Formats: sequence, C-alpha cells, structure tokens
Amino acid sequence: MQDLSLHILDIAENGIRAGATLIEIDISEDIGKDTLQICIKDNGHGMDAEMLRRATDPFVTTRTTRRVGMGLPLLKQAAEETGGDLLITSELGKGTRVVATFRKSHIDRRPLGDMGATLTTLIMGNPDLDFRYASNLHEKEVEVDTRSIRKELNGVMTINNPAVIALIRDLFNKGED
Amino acid sequence: MAKLKVEDLKRIKESMKGTVNLRQGDYRVKVTVHMGTCGIAAGARKLMTALLEKLEKSGATDIILTSSGCAGLCNHEPMITVEAKDSAPVKYVKLDPDKVARIFDEHVAGGHPVAEYALSIGSETTY
Repeated sequence: MQDLSLHILDIAENGIRAGATLIEIDISEDIGKDTLQICIKDNGHGMDAEMLRRATDPFVTTRTTRRVGMGLPLLKQAAEETGGDLLITSELGKGTRVVATFRKSHIDRRPLGDMGATLTTLIMGNPDLDFRYASNLHEKEVEVDTRSIRKELNGVMTINNPAVIALIRDLFNKGED
Repeated sequence: MAKLKVEDLKRIKESMKGTVNLRQGDYRVKVTVHMGTCGIAAGARKLMTALLEKLEKSGATDIILTSSGCAGLCNHEPMITVEAKDSAPVKYVKLDPDKVARIFDEHVAGGHPVAEYALSIGSETTY
C-alpha cells in the first residue's frame, strides 16, 4: 500500500464484508505527542475472542476465494514501522473498531494520501451503506456524513450520482495532508 | 471545516429535474471494480476514479459503477468485470486508468468487448 488512505479503504471494505450498515472513519493528530491516529469503526457482525486474537495473522481470513488475509497485518506493519501500534476491539453482533496510531514525524510514516478518492470509492461501491468521515488535522478539517446527504437528497437522486460524488470529492480537493 | 453545503445539494437536485434516473436499480451495464486488499494494493482505486470521470462525462444514467471484493485471482489485479444486460460478463485483468478508459468507450458505451484486456476470450482450445 502506497499511502494510508489505501489502508483505510481496505479496512473499511472488511467492515462492509462483515455486513455493516455504517462505517465511521476518524483521523486526528496530536502535535504535542507527535501522533497521527486513524480510527475505523463498523457496526458489522464483529469477531469472537479467538478470531480477534488471530486477526493480524496473515494466514487467517474469513473469505473463501483465497487463503491469506493481508489487510490488517499490512496496516499493523505500517503503524509499527513508525513506532506506533494497531489496536483492534470487537464484539460479536456489535461491530469492530480498528485504531492505528502512527508517529507523525517518523520518516517511515506514509503520507495520508487521497482520502477523497477513498471515500468516493466506498460510497460508489456501496450506495446503500452509510459513511461518516471526519478528519481533524492541522492542515485541513473535512466532515462528510452520508446520512445527512441522503436526507437532503430526499430520494430525488441517489448518493452514487456522479454529481453528488463530485461535490464530495471537491471537499478534499483543496489538498489534505 | 470543509462540509457539504445544503445549497450545493439543492442546486444539483434542481438540475436533475426532468431527467429520468435509472440508477435506482435498473441498468443496462454494470461495471464492478474488484476491491480486495490485492486489488487496492495493485491500483484498483485509480480505476474507480478513472471510471467515475468517464461516467460523469458521458452523462449516462443506465450504467452502474460499483465495487466488490477479491475474486481469487490476485495475480491478475487490478481487475474489473463488465456485465451488459443479456450478455455474458467479461473480466478484464492487469488494468490501468488508460485501459479502463478504452474499455468504457468500446465495451460499456459501445457494446464491443476489448478482447486484448479480457481474462479469456477465444482462449479455449479443442484438441
């Protein structure tokens, strides 16, 4: 993965496969502690203690199309390379929360990348699901909630309409990261 | 704080008046970008962005663009599947934004599959 936004896309896809109806992504930084934190939370079916324990093992996956699952191990590696860590909490029937913490100034910390492309890709691919995104960064703050956009569109057009997607993209175009 | 403005949404809602939106469910062609870890790492998101741009420019309302997970052919990523109504789905492999732009023009809009990027067309042998 070239940047963190691709990791976020990947982990969010996990939540979608887990039957989530809402995916919440929060990105924040703490200049004093020199950390960048990414939190991805879903309300999918969650994992039991045994699956949770093995979730960052690349040879564990729930899918049947292949026998390896690299998503979480790759994110864990990306975080640990910077002196950070990956924390996963999950509860059966309630969902999963993945928190990756990076040392922001570390030379191996990958850039955040194009979060606009990640978010619009998620919405395009899953127009029936809801996404809430909030970035609270020194350079830029962006907030998107498909629940309120949907309410505003009021059935006149769907959320995956290219005109709506273009509006969401524009929020990011002023350069994040 | 960058946030969507209600006025902007109202404006595009107004511009939709009088046009028929088929995107609600019925469609002529469905394009699926495979978004597993393998696809994402190989550049699937760039394909989605390129296709989105083509779709927006075309103004077509009978084309659905969506995503799915890993199809089990990770070494062929990034991939898309094009399903036109009443014809067999075609899987395209090892793509880039230029290739998907051509597939959009020739197959999705034009109805003619691009054989050279397809996983297999005419590769069956009968010996």
